[in-house]
Amino acid sequence: MSNERRRLIIDLFKAFFQIGPSTFGGGYAMLPVIEREIMVKRGWMDEKEMADMISLSGSAPGGVGVNAAAFIGYRKAGVPGAAAAVIGITLPTFLIVILLSVFYLMFHDHEKTQAALQGIQGAVIALILLAAYRMAKQSVFDISTAVMMASAVIILVVFPISPIYMIGFGILAGIVFIQIKRWIGLSIQTEKEIVVNATPQSYSPEYYI
Amino acid sequence: MLLQLFLTFLKIGFVSFGGGYAVIPLIQFEVSEYGWLSNDEFQSTVALAGMAPGPIATNTATLIGFKTSGAAGAMAATAGIVLPSLLIIVTLATLFFRVRHNSLVRSSFYGLRPIVTGLIVYAALHFGFLGNGEVAVTWSSIGTLIICGLSLLLLIRYKLHPLLLILAAAAAGIVLF
Repeated sequence: MSNERRRLIIDLFKAFFQIGPSTFGGGYAMLPVIEREIMVKRGWMDEKEMADMISLSGSAPGGVGVNAAAFIGYRKAGVPGAAAAVIGITLPTFLIVILLSVFYLMFHDHEKTQAALQGIQGAVIALILLAAYRMAKQSVFDISTAVMMASAVIILVVFPISPIYMIGFGILAGIVFIQIKRWIGLSIQTEKEIVVNATPQSYSPEYYI
Repeated sequence: MLLQLFLTFLKIGFVSFGGGYAVIPLIQFEVSEYGWLSNDEFQSTVALAGMAPGPIATNTATLIGFKTSGAAGAMAATAGIVLPSLLIIVTLATLFFRVRHNSLVRSSFYGLRPIVTGLIVYAALHFGFLGNGEVAVTWSSIGTLIICGLSLLLLIRYKLHPLLLILAAAAAGIVLF
């Protein structure tokens, strides 16, 4: 490995190590920070690559921040670069979570700790609902998508099946619905039309796939 | 145990479309299958995960690993849930841009998106109200509902930062419960 490449890999690690803890709320909250650090400050990517990166990170399974790190690391320095970037973005939050957990174990018998956590539970439900609403704005735009979403909720509430099957079911349902639409000659639209803005800040729907 | 943690979160990692909140029901299902945590413990774990920066799914994995088998468990679970991202991105980095306009790929995502939305809705329902088996009207469930409603208002109307929201909710919890 050349010295230059080794330095690049270390830089990737450092850059993502800094990005990791700076964003609460995870995922899309990280994108503007990644954009500033990677595109503006370091010039590692241009806008076209950024847009590609965001569409891939949002579509692939996994957290969008981790995916973005893997993609940028891979583009810059191959598999070692991807690994360095992913470890860089994961390590700080990993340590923070362990620290929180240790505090929790120290104080969890305390009455007020339980009360605080129960309060936080209410806030987390609100954050989940908001994420669901934002995701729905992107993904539910016709009758079949609305039916698929509602049936997913009903099936999960009524039957004790593993949610993992729902992912497979979704892929299958999408292919079947589109095929049926094609047969009966309905117009086919697989994505909500998105008005593309030129400003980089514009691609920040909370959930994107 | 370490291997089991790693493999379980590896499996979850491969299907964690939608990133954060959609993955919570998946994790909860596996956790109760193995009997790693009780429902109450799981709920406080997710609440704790919400306090830290980074993806809530990864944080939850770290916490579950730590709780069941210490620091090594935390590493095994975190590596398990992160590794698929790395593998998939490296594999797709070139391929994806060739297939993303393919009609089969587009059809798949057409179905996948609303289902993932359904998973997130279910996560909110389950995490909030169905987790304990029965929906009971108690002081604590009413209190949680009030905090949840106020949080939504603060998030949407006043664009409150999630970290400040979490801190405010913790304070509200101490006052209410």
